[in-house]
Amino acid sequence: MSDRTPDTHDTVGDTVVDSATDRVPEKASGDRAQYGLCAGLALLGTLLLLDATRIGHATSSNDPVGPRPVPVILGVLLLLTAVLYAVDVARGGVGAAEEGEDVDLTAPSDWKTLALLALFFLLNAVLIEPLGWVISGTVLFAGSAYALGNRHHVRGLVFGLALALATFYAFAIGLGVNLPAGILQGIL
Amino acid sequence: MDNLQNLLDGFGHVLTPMNLLIALLGVTIGTAVGVLPGIGPAMTVALLLPVTYGLEPTQALILFAGIFYGGMYGGSTTSILLNTPGESASVVTAIEGNKMAKAGRAAQALATSAIGSFIAGTIGTLLLVLVMPQVVSFAVSLGAPEYFAIMLVAFVGASAVLGSSRIRGFAALLIGLAIGVIGIDRVTGQQRMTYGVAQLADGIDVVVVAVGIFAVGEALWVAAHLRRKAAEVIPVGRPWMGREDWKRSWKPWLRGTAYGFPFGALPAGGAEIPTFLSYMTERKLAKRPEEFGHGAIEGVAGPEAANNASAAGTLVPMLALGLPTNATAAIMLAALQGYGLEPGPLLMEKQPVLVWTLIASLFIGNTMLLVLNLPLAPAWAKLLQIPRPYLYAGILFFASMGAYAVNAQPFDLFLLLALGLLGFGLRRFGLPVLPLIIGVILGPLAELQGRRSLQLSGGELGGLVGGPVAWVCYAIIAVVLLWPLGRLAQRAWSARSGGPDDGPDAGGGAGGGVGGAGADRSASPTSTEVTP
Repeated sequence: MSDRTPDTHDTVGDTVVDSATDRVPEKASGDRAQYGLCAGLALLGTLLLLDATRIGHATSSNDPVGPRPVPVILGVLLLLTAVLYAVDVARGGVGAAEEGEDVDLTAPSDWKTLALLALFFLLNAVLIEPLGWVISGTVLFAGSAYALGNRHHVRGLVFGLALALATFYAFAIGLGVNLPAGILQGIL
Repeated sequence: MDNLQNLLDGFGHVLTPMNLLIALLGVTIGTAVGVLPGIGPAMTVALLLPVTYGLEPTQALILFAGIFYGGMYGGSTTSILLNTPGESASVVTAIEGNKMAKAGRAAQALATSAIGSFIAGTIGTLLLVLVMPQVVSFAVSLGAPEYFAIMLVAFVGASAVLGSSRIRGFAALLIGLAIGVIGIDRVTGQQRMTYGVAQLADGIDVVVVAVGIFAVGEALWVAAHLRRKAAEVIPVGRPWMGREDWKRSWKPWLRGTAYGFPFGALPAGGAEIPTFLSYMTERKLAKRPEEFGHGAIEGVAGPEAANNASAAGTLVPMLALGLPTNATAAIMLAALQGYGLEPGPLLMEKQPVLVWTLIASLFIGNTMLLVLNLPLAPAWAKLLQIPRPYLYAGILFFASMGAYAVNAQPFDLFLLLALGLLGFGLRRFGLPVLPLIIGVILGPLAELQGRRSLQLSGGELGGLVGGPVAWVCYAIIAVVLLWPLGRLAQRAWSARSGGPDDGPDAGGGAGGGVGGAGADRSASPTSTEVTP
């Protein structure tokens, strides 16, 4: 649970560089979820090919190529990549998950936080027009902060409201772009 | 001497209070986001894109360039004080920099990195002034087939040369190219990949893609792996260097610059390779190599200079050819397109004021950065204390706002989440982000150039091969693509003849046979040779 990096770096000299370049991922032996990614690539390729069959064959002297070849080429390449990727995974290939200042790869993925964040994100998308950006943005900020572990609920709401109001007026006055006012139309 | 005159004119334009203010704003934001974990210059420029459509193009670019340079300075502060580099370019700095900080020499590490960055940035920008017009005068003679070939080099370079696994690089590139296909075909007006969704007819806005992949994707990725205990920040006073430190730093600065600029200017350069090369060189040349691994100042000075010089080098292909070689440059190009300016060699002819004012602003921004970073380092370090829930909630907040503001339609917010989840997937599976974003931005342009070349040849495929420049490009692509085959053959050969060629490289490839070459190049020199 604690941050492992500083400790390991203290002890052995060469682990520093190893962790910086090799980046041991969460599961070193066979990461089967990668097959899902291969399937996704194949699906994308299929979508491109399916769509390409639908496109009318419009070529002219101005454009002897037409709109079809590029999606077809990309679709075929995607299918090919999906297969090669799967072969790579079967042979034990693992992609190194991205590290970062605040990323602790030793802990398992926190799906609950992720789901909560997605929920608040969608809530904003649904509420932004009926309720207006000031309200939906406040909820988005406070909700996301809550999902990420903030337990000062009032503070989260106050920060969110301040940010939402500031951006609302900055856009309206500074840029002449209006974010939706929603039910607060006339009050703001 | 024409360049010099142009540059002086550029200084004349940039020295207005408004432009100076914008440059100052840019470098300040840049340093802040460089220091802040989870936010990088690419994400920031993406977030600011919709906001800056109200500014003049020149001013927007001054702002972005300030953020770009500033991010480099800020990033090194974080990697020295925290030892968890946020960007691949500062991985090397963290090796010795953090050791110095732990040994109580944080002030010297920050000083050599800031001064080295300043020197490298200034020399790099000077080289940009000298080199870019030459590249432009060469590039204006190039036709559509040549451009098509150069873009293919950029695609292959970003996916196969950078990063650790080729197959993963190509997967990311193809996803990006597929996203670029979505929308109405520019030539015939037919809808592609829209599957009947009316909002997709105009294609997915680059802002939405960039914000989704960089901002939302990053925030979600960090959220799923947030350190419960924040990493420890090493306290630091005002940066300074003694006589001895200066003596040990100045040569690495210059050597780092010499590595960084050319690599940055290559279509597949980037900052990782030159920073590693600089580190290896300094270790070899050091008078006291035993200090490496325990905080050698040369190991900070060289890579940091290489890092900043490569940033300046990146601007050569970006301004002269319209080719992005890193994520921030890619988004700056998208910004140019947003203003209706066509990136490429004609940019300098059509918009000389913009280009030269931008370059002049780089000199000024670089100087501002030195002033901002040397005395104020302790203040910047305080940013690392920001509560993480607020930081990442803020990223999601601004991402939603920016993406909505582009087209004022909630549909984009759903799209943003989908792209954010895609960005999460990229990070989870170790797919590089750069090929994807280059694919999205350059893909449609490459298709246009390719079709234009075939139009010139009346549909004959030979029209794509064009002149010598295209031949060279295709030769480069062939070498890069066939590299692993050559290695396989070599290995098979030596296995048959019983030669002991299974040296340190054999086990290095994280991606097995297909993804071997890239991983070997970046990983093996360090993991085998750094051991003291």
